[in-house]
Amino acid sequence: MIQMKNVYKKYPNGIVALNGLNVEIDQGEFVYVVGPSGAGKSTFIKMMYREERPTSGQMFVDGIDIATLKNKKVPMLRRQMGVVFQDFKLLPRLNVYENVAFALEVIEESPSRIRERVLDVLDMVGLKHKARMFPTELSGGEAQRVSIARSIVNKPKVVIADEPTGNLDPETALDIMNLFEKINATGTTILMATHNKEIVNTIRHRVIAIEGGLIVRDVAGGDYGYES
Amino acid sequence: MKARTLWRHFRESLKSLGRNGWMTFASVSAVTVTLLLVGVFVLIMMNLNKVADDLENDVEMKVFVSLETDDARKQSIEETISDLPEVESAVYSTKEEELADLVLDFGNELDLFEQNNPLFDVFYVKASNPQQTGSVAAEISKIENIEKVEYGKGKIEKLFNFLNAGRNVGLVLILALLFTAMFLISNTIRITIVARRREIEIMKLVGATNWFVRVPFILEGMWLGLLGSIIPIGLVAALYYNTLEFVQPKLSGELFQLLDFTPFIYQVGGLILLMGVFIGVWGSFMSIRKFLRV
Repeated sequence: MIQMKNVYKKYPNGIVALNGLNVEIDQGEFVYVVGPSGAGKSTFIKMMYREERPTSGQMFVDGIDIATLKNKKVPMLRRQMGVVFQDFKLLPRLNVYENVAFALEVIEESPSRIRERVLDVLDMVGLKHKARMFPTELSGGEAQRVSIARSIVNKPKVVIADEPTGNLDPETALDIMNLFEKINATGTTILMATHNKEIVNTIRHRVIAIEGGLIVRDVAGGDYGYES
Repeated sequence: MKARTLWRHFRESLKSLGRNGWMTFASVSAVTVTLLLVGVFVLIMMNLNKVADDLENDVEMKVFVSLETDDARKQSIEETISDLPEVESAVYSTKEEELADLVLDFGNELDLFEQNNPLFDVFYVKASNPQQTGSVAAEISKIENIEKVEYGKGKIEKLFNFLNAGRNVGLVLILALLFTAMFLISNTIRITIVARRREIEIMKLVGATNWFVRVPFILEGMWLGLLGSIIPIGLVAALYYNTLEFVQPKLSGELFQLLDFTPFIYQVGGLILLMGVFIGVWGSFMSIRKFLRV
């Protein structure tokens, strides 16, 4: 699903974020990405959806060559994946239903299909009854569930989550994790950057630790490995 | 892009005008003021041009044929003049006809010259480009049997210089105004875009193409331009109508006239509309460019 070979990233300001990183992630895996701030985690995640581009090295996501992908083709890449962020990134002027439908409108799905899919995923995340509410009327956990619904509405093969539980209390965070488990159970690859020690140590999955732009630890079912 | 998507963009752009009410008002006002100025300038410029053309077209040379020339030679002179590439027309007038004209103007006392006509046979010559009158005159005066060529030397050159300067100044002013308008619009639209940065970012993250993001903003710019051109068109039309009512009667019998109300005002209206749409669309297009890099 995801292959990185000697991926090197240097920002224009001279900072080296990734220093020859190698990794292979298979379809259907659930992977935590951990590591101290400034270790290259964010860059690693951003490369998945081509917000950043490797300076050198090879990188494939679902067979798409990220290093040489033309700007024009980036939307096609992003339609194959879902992204979830710490701050939810919902549009305040759209209600829950519209926020989720937005992802399908953008890719020009037919209205009947949009309706069907949106109601499906809202049901899955347990928010069908709040479809007409606006993001400001939702709790943090609910907002994150909407954003997860949006990320999976186009049936992506991989969901990239950047600190999805960062703004949530422990109990809500567990709810969100259960949702990711459910999504993972359908065969969707999940790649999740996190600082949440409890979650990593409780819900065991493969852990990739990044430090100084390199993978320093890669253990299936590993623990968080840092003091929180 | 599917028709459904285009319809969506269309609705979105209209909704956005309402949602960003004050920004819409600000942009439309900026467009209105600028287009009004441009419109008034175009009115003045086009009329100045018309007056200049009228005056220029009135410029002709009077070519005097020397007395001893026989009819055959006159015939060949006429052909020579007419064959010059820069000459539009050459009309022959005998000295008898010339005298008749004078009599018409100054009265019968001049009848006494009928026995001994002191006038010359002349050709009235117009250059196809009036601004070349001087050089054409010089050329014609070289022809044999031509006594002299008169064309208001000096005065005409001054007139042409004045008219040309007027045209250039007007053109520069209009371009400067248009440039200012584009700048204003692109700035106001940029503010609405900054306010919707997040929206653009999210659109791009869920896989929207650049055109999908851009089109609603461009349509919005178009609406701003259209809305901004309504008042200027109305005001310019009213202004010109009243100006003509006032000025036209005073110009009857003059060498130059102002442009008629129609179709001129439709042309100016169309021009204002087009400029409005153009600066709106262009302003949006320029402003959104840097927000697409997500």
